[in-house]
Formats: sequence, structure tokens, C-alpha cells
Amino acid sequence: MHFPKPAKLRRFSQIAFFLLFLFLLVRTEFRGTLTSSGSEIRLPYPVGLFFQLDPLVALSNALASHALYRGLLWSLIILIPTMFLGRFFCGWICPLGSIHHFFSSLKSERKRGKQLIESNRYKRWQTTKYYLLIVALVAALLGTGIVGWLDPFSLLVRSMGLSILPATGYGLRAFLSVLDHSRFAAVQTAGAILHFILGALLLGFKQPYFRQGVWLGIIFIFLIALNLRITRFWCRALCPLGALLGIVSRWSVLGLVKHPEHCNDCNRCLLRCQGGDDPVGGVPWHQPECHLCMNCVDECPEHGLQFKFFPQQKVVGANLQRRKVLTGLAAGAALVPLVRSTPGFAAERHERLLRPPGALDEEYFLSRCIRCGECMKVCPNNALHPTLTEAGLEGLWTPVLVPRIGYCETSCVLCSQVCPTGAIWEITAKEKGWSVDLASAAKPIRLGTAFYDRGRCLPWAMATDCIVCEEWCPTSPKAVYLRPAEVIDAAGNVKQVKQPYLDPSRCVGCGACEHACPVQDRPAVYVTSVGESRSHTNQILLNRRKD
Amino acid sequence: MHSCGVIMETDHSVLSRREALIKLLRVAAAGAGTAGLGLWLSEHSWRPETALAITAKRGHTVAADANLPEMAIIQGDDPAQLARQAVDELGGMRRFIARGDIVLVKPNIGWDRTPEQAANTNPDVVAEIVRQSLNAGAKKVIVTDSSCNDARRCFQRSGIAEAAQRAGADVILPDPSRFKEVDLQGEVLHAWPVLDVFLNVDKVINIPIAKHHGLTGTTLGMKNWYGMLGGPRNQLHQKIHESLVDLADFVRPSLTIIDCYRILVRNGPTGGNLEDVLLKKTLVAGTDPVALDAYVAKAYWNLEVDSLPYLKLAAKRGLGTYEFEKVRTRLKKLS
Repeated sequence: MHFPKPAKLRRFSQIAFFLLFLFLLVRTEFRGTLTSSGSEIRLPYPVGLFFQLDPLVALSNALASHALYRGLLWSLIILIPTMFLGRFFCGWICPLGSIHHFFSSLKSERKRGKQLIESNRYKRWQTTKYYLLIVALVAALLGTGIVGWLDPFSLLVRSMGLSILPATGYGLRAFLSVLDHSRFAAVQTAGAILHFILGALLLGFKQPYFRQGVWLGIIFIFLIALNLRITRFWCRALCPLGALLGIVSRWSVLGLVKHPEHCNDCNRCLLRCQGGDDPVGGVPWHQPECHLCMNCVDECPEHGLQFKFFPQQKVVGANLQRRKVLTGLAAGAALVPLVRSTPGFAAERHERLLRPPGALDEEYFLSRCIRCGECMKVCPNNALHPTLTEAGLEGLWTPVLVPRIGYCETSCVLCSQVCPTGAIWEITAKEKGWSVDLASAAKPIRLGTAFYDRGRCLPWAMATDCIVCEEWCPTSPKAVYLRPAEVIDAAGNVKQVKQPYLDPSRCVGCGACEHACPVQDRPAVYVTSVGESRSHTNQILLNRRKD
Repeated sequence: MHSCGVIMETDHSVLSRREALIKLLRVAAAGAGTAGLGLWLSEHSWRPETALAITAKRGHTVAADANLPEMAIIQGDDPAQLARQAVDELGGMRRFIARGDIVLVKPNIGWDRTPEQAANTNPDVVAEIVRQSLNAGAKKVIVTDSSCNDARRCFQRSGIAEAAQRAGADVILPDPSRFKEVDLQGEVLHAWPVLDVFLNVDKVINIPIAKHHGLTGTTLGMKNWYGMLGGPRNQLHQKIHESLVDLADFVRPSLTIIDCYRILVRNGPTGGNLEDVLLKKTLVAGTDPVALDAYVAKAYWNLEVDSLPYLKLAAKRGLGTYEFEKVRTRLKKLS
């Protein structure tokens, strides 16, 4: 009987899960179908699958909300086997781990011979990830979802979805455009065929752009470049999910058995070790660090290493220091009050902090949002972007609607469908309530209120016809209403124009008016967050408070 | 030291004349190349300018026939049957479509709304016109529009993509890479990005829906041509009447069918509320786009010609007549 080598199986598994991840990420987009007209639009694939498998997302959601949002229970199918087997997830499934694995395997000046072997020995700094985990979990318990800054899927979706894929798309489109403008018909045809193939596989309908895309990309590339110094530095030192899985695998029944009698100290087991867990002879094995990549078993020329159930050998655990654990706890506890000591959260909300429809009130939103960028990736109008300072330091990379770039589409609720944690609670188009009679709608979701800058508005300031804002206003009756006015133009002629006004009781804050306004750089109509239905306090109208 | 005499050790401190010459030549060639390239590049300095707009085919009208009506007003329950009857009254689809024609059907697919909300053209009417065009021998029938809301949602939720595809049309989404800078040669509109499928077709059939509009009172056939443009369309309202005529003059459709099956009488052109919709069960078809707009504006919005200045401008441009009472009209009620 011939079995494939475990390391070969592992590579197959890594490639399969990475491709699955990439497929789901690319399909985190409404691509349109010709059928199902009129019905609610849903994505055909479970694009949030990897988030639902992520025990760290589940744990932080449980700590923050004292419950588990839909689908997060699936994370148990990773967590419970990890208790028995160890961090197989890191070595066999995690797409971010696989990316690091790949880039670690590239030749590097800094990792040769003795240096490589030395760099793959267990290092004390590998415990950093456990302390980061402690900080993030305490912060989650106290009400902020910053764990998403480091959660591997948040990091991966945010970096790939908001930076790497858009940049790739930009490059490919530029290349296709060169082909399309070629003088030769054959090149044009080849370009058209390539465009069709790439369009089906990778390119979205429109080229998306994201605020801060360049920084997200640079951070991601930097983390990958670290692999050229130290193999899987991210996984060994920083990944809080790896830390969580390491801790729960402390009592796993599968372990590495070293046969010292076979070992001739060749150190080859260290050559391709992923976790830095010391499979080498003479020192104990660091169980929580091991990714079960099986390279050491493969590499040992004497067959002196084996993975066995119920091994009878001394192993080392997470190797935490009490003082640092306490520091981590204290840091996590101090973090939330510290970031909220600025007035932003309590008294001085950023006027442009427009959250997606279905978003919970800010306090609940910040505790659940893991800054993953799924909502931004899926938005058909490229309207959602990661914040920089609008939501405070704590809210870095949470979603904000930027109407100038894209408005909130009337009947679209895709962001609420893909949100893995319920920070944007799942709603239906009916609950959103924009494409029905507003008077009869129970309570439409409102993102904010539009205001006019009459000094820039064509019919108000320039005696010119326009009212594109009224044309686009999606509510019925329209929140933008018109009044005829007599104005005098520069030549002294009396002209009739229609001037727009806004009824705040009808406005849902979708931003279509701001998006459509012909005053391109700073529109004459703009939406601010006041009146957003998720907040009881951020209101203008007296009668809205009882809603 | 050089006792053996056979093997010459190279002395690195002194170059042979030959080596020095070669080195000098190499540097001289690189220098001359750089200087040459520099001179050549400095000769070719040019100020970047936007790519020139191309000119395109203007007008898709078919020959007039004095024996046939210029306008047909058909009323009845089934939108597809109305479309069939309307075309029959005007002489049948073979009058408009020649064998092998590439036909562009331009409904209004502007908004993310369902057919009942009457913000987009009735999908059954579109499908029927596609079928008839194919039956008349068209090689290809294209259905497209440059939507206002997200096109993928508009095409899907309007029901038009599905209905047109089933009827055999090529449904083409307005991919942003498909817009070409075209010289519209209008009075106010010059170079504008136009959806490329409008540029190489033999016949064009306009199927707008009649709706309320805040600026002009109503939006009918000619305003539907906004849907072939990309670019800063939101500036067109500043000279809405002149730009409507420029576009209508550029396209000059073979046939226009104004969908008045459901009309949006308030809160247009987006609507959304079923209370804004009136069921009129009527199609108005014809070869004179000006007369059609003038008739529908009067019939459903009670708007006189003077309140829609583009009608007179269009007549002056030779696009038709706003005196709809004077065109040959066939009125028919289907039971």
C-alpha cells in the first residue's frame, strides 16, 4: 500500500483552501444575473465562509455581545479538532498561512545554511502573539473589536480585497487598454478574448478604488517580506488566531515523537520547519508552536521523527510569563478607556461618519466590527471605505459611506448579508424601506440627512437650471422638493429656475443627491450623519426621538 | 619571476593599447547613443491632449410611406400584444428592419426598480420588439442602456435583461470600458463618451417609458438618449432642451415606441411608490419622435408645446413636427 507523503497532502490542502478563499473573495461582489428579477438579490456563494470558521472572530464576538452571531458556531469545527490535534489549521488550511509559507520558501540571502537553521529554532519572541491575543480579547470584552486589526482573515480580506485585488485589476485593465488601442486587429482580438476571460475570472464590473488602499497594501507586503528574514514571522510572532489555537492545543493527543537514538544532530528537521517549534533532538518540542506541516518528518534522513497519538514525551506549552500576561490584561483593560478619553465617541461624532445601512449604534458597532472590509468589497457602488480618523483611533478601518465616490443603492442590502459579526445586522430590502412609500413604511433605515450649500448650488447661486439631486432622490415622496423662483442672471435678465429644498423627515441619507451633483469637487448638496436611525441621540427632529 | 616565459600574467595596472581603445570606443558609443536619444526625444516634445473624438454614423430613419400612419396609439391588456399591434399598424417590422441588420433596442433601464414601479420600460414590450426584429430578419438584436443606478441591479430587477435574453437579444451591460469619445456635432454637445454599441448598428428602436420629471414636467422619448452617454451627464440639465435635441438629432431612430402601459405621474423619474403609478395600458408608436413626445405630454400630463421648449427646437432641426394633431394617426383599442 502506497500512501502519499503527509507533506504532499498538506501542500494539496493548502492550495485547495487558498484557491477556495480567492474564489470566495473575488465573488464577494454582485455580478448580476439575468434571472430572478424583482426578488431580493443575494450572493450565490457563502463568501464569509472563512470568517465563520474563525474561532477568534467567534470568541471576540461572544465576549463583546455575550452571544454568537449567525454562522459563527461553525468555528467549532476548527476549534474542537484543534483541541485534539493541534494547529493543523495553521499548516493545512489558513490561506494567509499558506501565503507566508510560500514566500518563506523563496531563497533569501538572510536565510542560508547555519543562519537558516538558527532562525528556525524556537525563540522567546514567539510568545508575543499570546500577549497580543490577551490584549485583544480583554478589549473585546470591554467593547471594542480591534482584534480585527490582527485577525488573519480580517487582515487578508482587507489587504487583498481593498488593495491587492484592486491594484491587480488596475494593472490588468491598463494592459487590456493597451491591447485594445493596438494598430493590429489580431492584437485587438486577442485583447478582447483576454478581457472576456479575465472578466469572468477576476475583474469586477467596475474598477474599485479604496481610501487607504495603498497603506493597506504596503502593510501587507511588509508582513510578507518579513518571511525573507524569518520564516513565517507573522504566524510565529503576531497572529492572534495562531495564539488561540496554540493555547487550546495544549492538551492535544497528537504529538511529535523524537527518537534520540536515531538522531545524529544533522539539524535537517530545522531546514523547513514552519512553526519554529524545535523538532530537533536534545530539546523539548514546543507543541503550541507546531503547524503540523510534517516537513521535519519528511526531512529526517534517519526516520527519527514521527507524529503519534498519545505520545509519551515531555513537551513545552505556550511558555508564558506571568508578569507579561498581567501586563497584557492591564493593557487590554486600559485600552478602551484610553481611546475613549477623546470627545469623538461621546460628544463630538464626526459629521461624515455615515455607517452602512443596518449598522448597529456606534457603541455596539465598534464592539462587533472586526474591520475586515467584506462590506466594502461587496458594495456595488464602491461607496464604503475604511475610515482613517473619522471614527477615532479605535474605529480605524471600520466602514464609512463616502457619497461622492458612491451612494447607497436603494434596494441593496449586500453589506448586511456579508458582515460576519452582525456589526451590520442582516436586513432585507423591505426592512431598509427605501423603495416603498415612506409614509407607510414602518421605519426606514436612515444613514443621515442631506444639506444644501446654496453658495455652490446652480439654481441658488448661478441662475442655472439643474435639480439633478431631485431627479436622483429615491424616496417617494421625494425628500428633495422644488420651488420655482425668479432669479436674475449676470446680464440682468429675469429667469425662472427651480430651486431645491430638503425635507429632513423624508431624507434617508443615501447620498444619491451628493453623488449626482454636477459640482464635482465639493458638491452643493452633502449628507451628514445627523438623523441616522441607528442612534437615539444623533437627531435633529423632535419627533424622531421616539422612534 | 617570469622565468617560464610561456604564460603571460596579465598586469592589471597597465592596459594594452588595444584594450584601452576598445574601452574608449565602448564609452564613446554609449555617450553618442545617449546624446542621440536625448536629441531625438527633444525633437518629439508634445503637449498631452485628450484623444480626439471620433465621428460616428448619424441617423437611422427609414423611408417615409404616405400610405401608412406616422403614429399608432394602441390600447389593450397585454403589453406584448400591444407592441405587436403597434408595429403592424405602422406597416410591420419588415418596413423597419432589413435582412441582416444589426438592431439596437434602447429601453429605459435607468433605475433599480421593478416593472410595477414603472421607472423602467415594460419588459414584455421590449421582449416583443426583440422577437419581431429577429423574425423580420435582423442578424443581431442588442438591448442596452447606460443606467443611472448600478447597472447590474437595474438590468436584473427591471426584468428587462431576462425578458430580452429569452427573446433572443444580446443584452449588453454598460461596461465602463465600452465608452468611446464621440463628436456628437451638436449645438451644445460636442465630444462626449458614448456607449460603443450605439456606434455600429444599422437600426435603432427607442422604447422609453413615459414618466414625470421634476425639471421638464415629463420625460419621454428624446430624453431616453441620455442613456447612450457616459461622462458628466449630470451637467446636461443646465441646457436640457438644447442637449435633448442634439442627442435626438444624432440618433434619429428608425422607430419609437413610448411605453404608457404604466406611467409614473409623480416623484419621477425614480418613483418607487406604487401610488405614483397609473395604469394606462397604452403604447404610442411612430416614426415622428417629436409628434410622439408632444402627444404623450398633452395626453397624460396636459402639457402644451410651449412648456416643453425642446419640441419646437427639434422641429426647427427637422426632426419632426410638434403638431401631433396633423400627423397621420391610427387609434386602436384591443378587446
